[in-house]
Amino acid sequence: MQNTLQQQQKDVLLTQTEEISGSEAVLKAFIEEGVDTIFGYPGGAIMPIYDALFDFDNKLKHILVRHEQGSIHAAQGYARTSGKTGVVFATSGPGATNLVTGLADAQIDSTPIVCITGQVFAHLLGTDAFQETDIINITTPVTKWNYQITDASEIPAVLAKAFFIAGSGRPGPVLIDITKNAQLQKFQFGGYQKCNFIRSYRPKPVVRKEYIEKAASLINSAKKPFVIFGQGVILGKAEKEFKAFIEKTGIPAAWTIMGLSALPSDHPLGVGMLGMHGNYAPNVLTNECDVLIAVGMRFDDRVTGRLDKYARQAKIIHLDIDPAEIDKNVKTTVAVWGDCKETLPLLTELTENKVYPQWLQRFKELEQDEIDACIYDELHPKTEQMTMGEVIDVLNELTNAQAVIVTDVGQHQMVACRYAKFKESKSNITSGGLGTMGFALPAAIGAKLGAPGRTVVAIIGDGGFQMTIQELGTIMQCNIDVKLLILNNQFLGMVRQWQELFHSKRYSFVNIESPDFVQVAKGYRIQGKSISKREELKNSLREMLEYKGSYLLEVMVGKENNVFPMVEAGSSVSDIRLK
Amino acid sequence: MAKEEYTITVYTENQIGLLNRIAIIFSRRKINVESLNTSPSEVPGIHRFTIVIHEMEDIVRKLVRQIEKQVEVLKAYYNTSDEIVWQELALYKVPTSEITEKVKVERLLRQYGAKAVVIRKDYTVFETTGHREETDGLVKVLEPYGLIEFVRSARVAIIKGSRGFHEKLKEFESMAEGPELVENEFLAHQEEVFDI
Repeated sequence: MQNTLQQQQKDVLLTQTEEISGSEAVLKAFIEEGVDTIFGYPGGAIMPIYDALFDFDNKLKHILVRHEQGSIHAAQGYARTSGKTGVVFATSGPGATNLVTGLADAQIDSTPIVCITGQVFAHLLGTDAFQETDIINITTPVTKWNYQITDASEIPAVLAKAFFIAGSGRPGPVLIDITKNAQLQKFQFGGYQKCNFIRSYRPKPVVRKEYIEKAASLINSAKKPFVIFGQGVILGKAEKEFKAFIEKTGIPAAWTIMGLSALPSDHPLGVGMLGMHGNYAPNVLTNECDVLIAVGMRFDDRVTGRLDKYARQAKIIHLDIDPAEIDKNVKTTVAVWGDCKETLPLLTELTENKVYPQWLQRFKELEQDEIDACIYDELHPKTEQMTMGEVIDVLNELTNAQAVIVTDVGQHQMVACRYAKFKESKSNITSGGLGTMGFALPAAIGAKLGAPGRTVVAIIGDGGFQMTIQELGTIMQCNIDVKLLILNNQFLGMVRQWQELFHSKRYSFVNIESPDFVQVAKGYRIQGKSISKREELKNSLREMLEYKGSYLLEVMVGKENNVFPMVEAGSSVSDIRLK
Repeated sequence: MAKEEYTITVYTENQIGLLNRIAIIFSRRKINVESLNTSPSEVPGIHRFTIVIHEMEDIVRKLVRQIEKQVEVLKAYYNTSDEIVWQELALYKVPTSEITEKVKVERLLRQYGAKAVVIRKDYTVFETTGHREETDGLVKVLEPYGLIEFVRSARVAIIKGSRGFHEKLKEFESMAEGPELVENEFLAHQEEVFDI
């Protein structure tokens, strides 16, 4: 009896399976995972997947980039504004190796990405075949997980695992390498099942009440508590919980560059940005607070400055989802492991309703010092040439702080992150950890596709723009409505600033020449304009924002302006210099 | 904090590429792996890595967390040498003529607990197991007698305080977590820490 029943079930199962190719299985998996956009570039070893994609045209939008690095940065931008996993296709060999920078960027900035790379036929592995490269071993240090598929029947389960790993816990990039034979091979497909458990993988540590209690009592007894927060708040979708926590406890909060926009810029308890070019008050007062509460941040060296002089006087509470971050750089007094979406409300419940008027006043005083020493001059310069800060300031006014701001790397990035205002979360897209020049242009493409209803402004330097300038072709072909704002100081400005300050003004190879960006854009059928006079600024920015479609505005700014304040490398955060 | 010898025991899934993932955690930080062994464990299907490094405890703790962070790693432990029972195996190839003719060699081999594994007309292979000092000691002794080849295996180690991985695996499979997954060295000194 039992046997017949099992046999019947088996028969049912068999009739439910269908024979499909590995390539189709990949695309079916994407649809089940809610993927709507793929960023990619075809090539020999991924042709079967592209062939199958031809029939999925109505369900999956494919964005043809101009270089594989562009595809992964675009996927990162998409992931960061949409909160979903970004998806990339690339071929074997050079296609795959061109992803490495983006993988490293996504790994250090915890961005959920699934990359599918084609690979040579399984029987050719290890023979130095045409466009064969050992991409699994090349990408091992820069992926959260990677796996090579040589048999089509593995595809559904492996892809399910890939999406689960990329998007859960502390997110990160996953690379799946699929040999060409597996893409072509037909197999019995029994349906797709999402993965939500891997026995060796613990996306979220179990929250332990006793640590929450200890943290709460420490917070309740504090006289000068200070909250610092990072992207963990955004990744954990815990913006509301975070706001509730600081509002109840009355604790001033500063963001890291990656945490920027998780809290509205005008929040009364928001006291600015931490780090090397962050604000004066939060850096100085890190070394004055008595309890430092770090939420979803990893004490990067650009935030801490010299470690042996970092918050030595304070008791430290660290909330993080990744156990490896606890005590990695800064010794914790109380570690609260877990997803801050879960831990913050528990902590809020146990903390007392408080205000710290005197302590907040300290922040205000130091903020005034910073305004007097550098902010005022940056925003209201007496120089003939424009400053980057005043451009951002006018932009804030015109966008009403509601745009997604994508930045590249360098001086303009620091200035934009210092002065850009935000009302909504997931609005600041930048390469924080890896510092990848060339990130912004492709990331802005993805950011727009991830948040189609929002205005996306990519702020880019003249150096970084030339690193991925070919993606103008993607903007042209796919009609992506992004605003490109080039802040051109005719230098590789950040390196020049360091050469000025620390290398006796020996300007070694920072004098970069640029093409006529407006003409280049024109070649790609993108509208553009270049300005160098202050009187033109507001109208030109307005014109850019109001233009239907992509637009490039180049603003010529002061050549040798520096970004201040600055915590010099090897200095303590409280020794931050104002000029 | 001084450097000490630590033995790291890692329980993992049996997956291609995991060895590389674990190895680069050390090489990225320029830490020399003195010995590395992979083998099955007491639980079918679960692999066991035994890694020996010479480092400060603080660094070892961070390394272990980085290892545990890998998707296919179930659990990693680190122990000092007095917390484990460990052995290494060594093989020595010596000309047979030397040992048949010189009685002294035979006595030495006995003294070091060496066993003959292969005896041929031209050479003999001996084996010892023990701690590094013991296997190294025999090398020195055999050198004057024409030692042809020497090789020593990686360390294998049993953790004295461990109750095996069967129970732990059940925890992993049921998504529950035992108390040892959360460690905080300051919890033992609460009074000092919580006194502002």
